[in-house]
Amino acid sequence: MSTMNMIQAVRSALDVMLERDPDVCVFGEDAGYFGGVFRATQGLQQKYGSRRVFDTPLAEGGIIGVAIGMGMNGLRPVPEIQFSDYMYPAFDQITNELAKLRYRSAGEWTAPLTIRTPSGGGIRGGLFHSQSPEAYYTHTPGLCVVMPSNPHDAKGLLISSIESDDPVIFFEPKRLYRGSFDGDPESVPPWRDQPEAEVPEEHYRTPLGQAHIVRPGDELTVIAWGTMVHVARAAIQEAAIDAELIDLCTLLPLDLATITASVEKTGRCVVVHEAPRTCGFGAEVVALIQEHCFWNMESPVLRVTGWDTPFPCGQEWDYLPNRERIAGAMRAVLAA
Amino acid sequence: MDDSSKLVGKAHPGARTGSVPLKDPLPMVLRVPTAPYRPGDSPSFVAFSHQPDDLPRPDTLASYESLREHAIGLIRVLDADGSARGDWQPQLSPQQLRSGLEMMLRARHLDVRMIAMQRQGRLSFYVSSKGEEAAAVAGAAAYLHGDVLFPSYRQPGLFLVRGMPMVTIICQSIGNVGDNTGGRQMPVHYSWRAGNVVSISSPVGTQFPQAVGAAMAFAYRGERHVVGTWIGDGTAAQGDFHYALNFASVFRPPCVLHVVDNQWAISTHRSIATGGATFAARADAYRLPGLRVDGNDYLAVYAAEAWAVERARRGGGTTLIELVTYRRDAHSTSDDPSQYRAAGEPDCWPGGDPIERLKQHLIVIGEWSEESHQSLNAALEQEAAATFQMAESFGTNATGLGHASDALFHDVYREMPPHLQAQRAEALGETDAPQKEEPAILRFVEGPRRAAG
Repeated sequence: MSTMNMIQAVRSALDVMLERDPDVCVFGEDAGYFGGVFRATQGLQQKYGSRRVFDTPLAEGGIIGVAIGMGMNGLRPVPEIQFSDYMYPAFDQITNELAKLRYRSAGEWTAPLTIRTPSGGGIRGGLFHSQSPEAYYTHTPGLCVVMPSNPHDAKGLLISSIESDDPVIFFEPKRLYRGSFDGDPESVPPWRDQPEAEVPEEHYRTPLGQAHIVRPGDELTVIAWGTMVHVARAAIQEAAIDAELIDLCTLLPLDLATITASVEKTGRCVVVHEAPRTCGFGAEVVALIQEHCFWNMESPVLRVTGWDTPFPCGQEWDYLPNRERIAGAMRAVLAA
Repeated sequence: MDDSSKLVGKAHPGARTGSVPLKDPLPMVLRVPTAPYRPGDSPSFVAFSHQPDDLPRPDTLASYESLREHAIGLIRVLDADGSARGDWQPQLSPQQLRSGLEMMLRARHLDVRMIAMQRQGRLSFYVSSKGEEAAAVAGAAAYLHGDVLFPSYRQPGLFLVRGMPMVTIICQSIGNVGDNTGGRQMPVHYSWRAGNVVSISSPVGTQFPQAVGAAMAFAYRGERHVVGTWIGDGTAAQGDFHYALNFASVFRPPCVLHVVDNQWAISTHRSIATGGATFAARADAYRLPGLRVDGNDYLAVYAAEAWAVERARRGGGTTLIELVTYRRDAHSTSDDPSQYRAAGEPDCWPGGDPIERLKQHLIVIGEWSEESHQSLNAALEQEAAATFQMAESFGTNATGLGHASDALFHDVYREMPPHLQAQRAEALGETDAPQKEEPAILRFVEGPRRAAG
């Protein structure tokens, strides 16, 4: 067992899988020699050679197109898209090709890709280094969409994703790479102080499709993923509310059972995400709660999300959900 | 103190306004090319000036620079009389040539039958490959079984060569239970894993970088297999075309990329697809060899294909091949070419017909006759008709396609996740609606509350 931050945990998962499976290969823009702009692949080319870990041209559509062909021909590629904001040139290859390959060929052809990509805000990245585009992918049957919130889950979920025969979009909340987050922009609580930073060196799996209850509670349910798990936890502590906090971990396929069990218990719910509100994945979560838990509800479900604007650089902290907004929503559903 | 006035800039003092003198300016107009002939025109083409002796056949590891003439010329083997000439004559036995002729003729009769059946409403849609059979059949014939092919949708002959039974091809287009891909796709979107032919999708060009990636996987494992992939002239405008060439240029995998230039992309003439001279010439900028080939010359297509496949198998990397051919039929059964193409253009296009030209060659070398051709023709026409009938025994639109009603929920993921299991149950009427002990309206009257118990 070691103490790892999220970057080290991601790197450890790649290391373990490169070691175990000769068909696993890692590539992307700056991902080879340099080890990636966030250093997730640092040292892996030196250890496994440039056949297994390599740099690619700056062409996301080409990276994913080529990765799909590699996957169809027996490899288990783990391409990196440098920022999830830059994945759109590959959108056709991901949504029309990768997601539908098994279906269109009735299982004759598949491509077990894991596309790693940093996502989310909180690093002063502005419009094009801060997006949370998960809903574009959760709307696409055939994909799995994963977003860990801590080092332990990041490693276990990444290993499960690489081993999965289904394609996975693996979002890494970049604000959490180097430290935890309590909603204070100026504060970076070190991962070493968090129990989730205790990460086994060896291979282990964190199952896909299972949400985690971060904190049990009876008064209401707060549902979040990625960086917002930490902001919600800080808000719950600060407001001294006995909320049950659920980290979805996998958005697609969604662990509906954990959600409904909690909401049926509490009768109240707040959903928190970074992405814009309209058609964000929170809308799906709220709809499911409405369908499945309506007769248990004490109050409407509220969403605390990024605003329906592009992601502003200078007003990042006015855009992102913070402790105050989450606490306000919790009080509102408790008062209703 | 308010310093905001300091934020207001001034026009750059060096910026010039007005106009500048130009030497002999050309008209400043938007150039919008069109096809050389449109309905009402009388098409008239100049015969191909290239002859079979024009271009040498270099060693398969020759430098890309030494092949520049091959990218702008035209590799040909058959001359106007049907004799084979020049460096590029492939070493094909009469039996292999007859087999190629038979496969092209089989593909043509399949097309004819499928279009007839579409007209009767027994298929929803079809795409004819008439006139392009050599590109598919001679192309596929140059590969080994372990090689992987990523075709485009206008290549039934390629699937036939790779062993896909005609009945399965027809079942796919009908979409019945005889379809090995479960009736999920539109007609002509075949997949044949047993023959290492990849499933076709409708977005054009996506297979190009995928094929490069599949070839990279062979190189990764050190296996001497080759990947071939085909797109049309219209598709060569896609970003995927350039992704593929650039990745092929950088990683040099064993791949053969093809542009089948059949002159037309639905109503869009090739002159809209490219402002340049030839598609093969694009290879030069990527330091790849480009071969421009008479796509209706079975021997030339096979020879160029065999050259590029051997180059790839020897470790020489990727080649771009342009196959110059002509789309004799409509784009699909959903468009009428008389609305955008001059009448008679298919018949006066100078490349001729690939089947007629190979037949003529076989007759010239004494290995075929009009009588044997008539006999083969009749047999294959009968085969296509009988096979269509057999395919319909697996299901038709009129009698039912035979799929289990929940079949559409399978193969989205390797295992069906809970939300799809629930939707499957809902579709089958097995679902439990959220249980209510009282009518919903009463609950609203009382206001939302926690359920009893």
